Amino acid sequence: MLRPVKQPPSSPGRPVSRRTVLKVGLVGLAGAAVGGGSTALLGRLGRIAPPPWRFFTAAEAGLLIDICEQLIPGDDTPGATETGTIHYIDRQLCGVFARHQATYRRGLETFHQTCLREHGQPFQALPADKKIAVLKAIESGQAPQDLWVEPTPQAFFNLVLAHTMQGFYGSPRHGGNRDYASYRMLGLDYPPIVGRNREG
Amino acid sequence: MALKHVNAIVVGAGAGGGIVAKELSEAGLSVVLFERGGWVSFEEHGQDELRNQRTTVLGNAYGPDDRHPRVHEESPGRWSIVPPNHWAYGNNAACVGSGTVSYGAMAWRFHETDFRMRSTYGAPEGSSLEDWPISYADLEPFYEKAEWEIGVAGDRNGNPFAGPRHRDYPMPAFPYNREGRLLEAAAQRLGLHPFPIPMLRNSVPYAGRGACVHNRACCGYACPINAKNGTQNTVIPRALATGNCELRTHTIVSEIVVDDHGVARGVRYFDAEDRAQYQTADLVVSCGGAIESARLLLNSKSRLFPDGAGNRHDWVGRNLQDHAYSGAHALFEQEIYDDVGPGATIAVGDFSHGNPGLRSGAVLCNEFIRPPYAFSGIRPPGAARWGREHKEFQRRFYKRCGGVHGPVQEMPMFATRVQVDPVVKDHWGIPVVRLSGNRHPADLEVGRFIAGKAEQWLKAAGAVRTWPALPGLVQRSGQHQAGTCRMGNDPAISVTNKHGQVHDIPNLFVADGGLHVTNGGYNPVLTIMALGYWVSHHIKARWKEGRLT
Repeated sequence: MLRPVKQPPSSPGRPVSRRTVLKVGLVGLAGAAVGGGSTALLGRLGRIAPPPWRFFTAAEAGLLIDICEQLIPGDDTPGATETGTIHYIDRQLCGVFARHQATYRRGLETFHQTCLREHGQPFQALPADKKIAVLKAIESGQAPQDLWVEPTPQAFFNLVLAHTMQGFYGSPRHGGNRDYASYRMLGLDYPPIVGRNREG
Repeated sequence: MALKHVNAIVVGAGAGGGIVAKELSEAGLSVVLFERGGWVSFEEHGQDELRNQRTTVLGNAYGPDDRHPRVHEESPGRWSIVPPNHWAYGNNAACVGSGTVSYGAMAWRFHETDFRMRSTYGAPEGSSLEDWPISYADLEPFYEKAEWEIGVAGDRNGNPFAGPRHRDYPMPAFPYNREGRLLEAAAQRLGLHPFPIPMLRNSVPYAGRGACVHNRACCGYACPINAKNGTQNTVIPRALATGNCELRTHTIVSEIVVDDHGVARGVRYFDAEDRAQYQTADLVVSCGGAIESARLLLNSKSRLFPDGAGNRHDWVGRNLQDHAYSGAHALFEQEIYDDVGPGATIAVGDFSHGNPGLRSGAVLCNEFIRPPYAFSGIRPPGAARWGREHKEFQRRFYKRCGGVHGPVQEMPMFATRVQVDPVVKDHWGIPVVRLSGNRHPADLEVGRFIAGKAEQWLKAAGAVRTWPALPGLVQRSGQHQAGTCRMGNDPAISVTNKHGQVHDIPNLFVADGGLHVTNGGYNPVLTIMALGYWVSHHIKARWKEGRLT
């Protein structure tokens, strides 16, 4: 069962960057919400804080954030985490992508089980180079056949990759690409300007 | 209460239907124009890259919505229900103007040879390749009418391979963008004949609307300043202004009613509140596009036509075509991106026909601007799709990537088709479209040839790396859907006569891409528009003679 995991310390030899702190903070927040009390308790508190995720459990979100961050890592410019890519996925899974809910639920669990079996640790606890190796194996279908029945590892990977790219590069109105970070990265005006009216 | 009888029913307010509605209503006929969508505007979705008509991962900005599923048969016995934003759906927009609201707006006339493909090349084994029953010369005056009434910017002397024309374009051609200028010089060096792509956009103010401002998001989007010309901002308003045409939006036509004498009496439809209605008329014109027109005919069963209107010989829905798009991507050392939309500016017609050992070809054009998400899927073979390398590639090459592609003319296949599904029904209980079939293997061969020419052209323009983009064998249709209601002189091997009149049903017509016997090596919309005028011309002539009622 996929449960909240502790965020590992940053990889050996790498200083903790501002982004890592931010990421840890985000996961920590998500994790904290899991223990939330009964509705009665919340009711007593008056204003009910919205859950951080519409579809994902905190543990799923923590894992997916880390996967997405490997797909589009933060460096000189923001990566998937900082731009809210997972918010895009989470939001669409309760709307247009509802048909993918089972794929995410099963795929993330299987992904988690794969890491435990093959590396003895959850994905988030692995060092950076191991994380990339795990993802490359999943991408190419080199994963335990008995675990990966439906979805196939490639189908799961390709779905997450496509959604990550959409969240990172798509319009911020859908939850990702915070502050048009990817447009700024590419040197495109942001938000896009209508009618620049210049000569061809 | 019975609805008031009218002279003509036009089903579908797209490229063909908008024109037919205008032509008939201006001639004094009372017309009801049915459209399953409504009026749309740029403001609804802005420049959203994930929800437009080109990239539809979050749905089609201008329809149809999920109430309109289809069935895709991947191989015999293996099928699935697909939503309208699925690649296999064969989507065209469901709104007033249909695809002409959000298209890239290339305004091609087909090549003279495109109308006589069988007599030029002979049909390859397995293909139902045929000549059109009409020639380029027959259609020429109607191409001209489309160019002037909808509005095209182009250079009449640009393409030495184009058929003869009597009149110039109404607007001057658009200038090349930065990539276009590089490609122009390279084409000259290669001995090719480059010219500006004719466009259904205003290069100067025209017909009361302003000139294009070169918005980045153009192909796939409505125009924010109405400088792109479709039927929704030209002929449909003119039809409505006659007072003879009533546009009924958000209506779903389910069936053409054909009586026991083989005469069309009207259509059954669901109105905007999903109420069943029956509209009678003296004549019916189906303009729903190649896929929906075929569906409508197949769903219109009667005593004389138990397998669907005009389907006595099992030709309705057959020969579904699109284009086997082929070309190449390229990387340059210097920035070639200038943010001047829509991006596609230059073409060569050298490879439309006469390609050694091949039966077809394509016009080659540089590409519409690739937005950032679309660009994330464009990578040379072997390149990483994600991780640090992905990001570095995006940053380094977004403004250094070019491309040249062409709509390869397909060999029609009798077994590649539109059927109505025996089980699956839509929101209104109407049997949905079932799509199946492949391209002819010869299309892939032409695709490889065209891709090779594209790479050669890009390399000559200074590309440091090029790689081909090739079509697959599975038929994929979309805006360019064509061929399902083939026109012809022999009723045994076609659906309509050369005037778009369905064989054996004198007051039922088709006016959309379904009529195309072959689909040209060009984007088809101007030909669909010309056929709208052509079919209308013959309806009006017969109407005057009283031969339709």
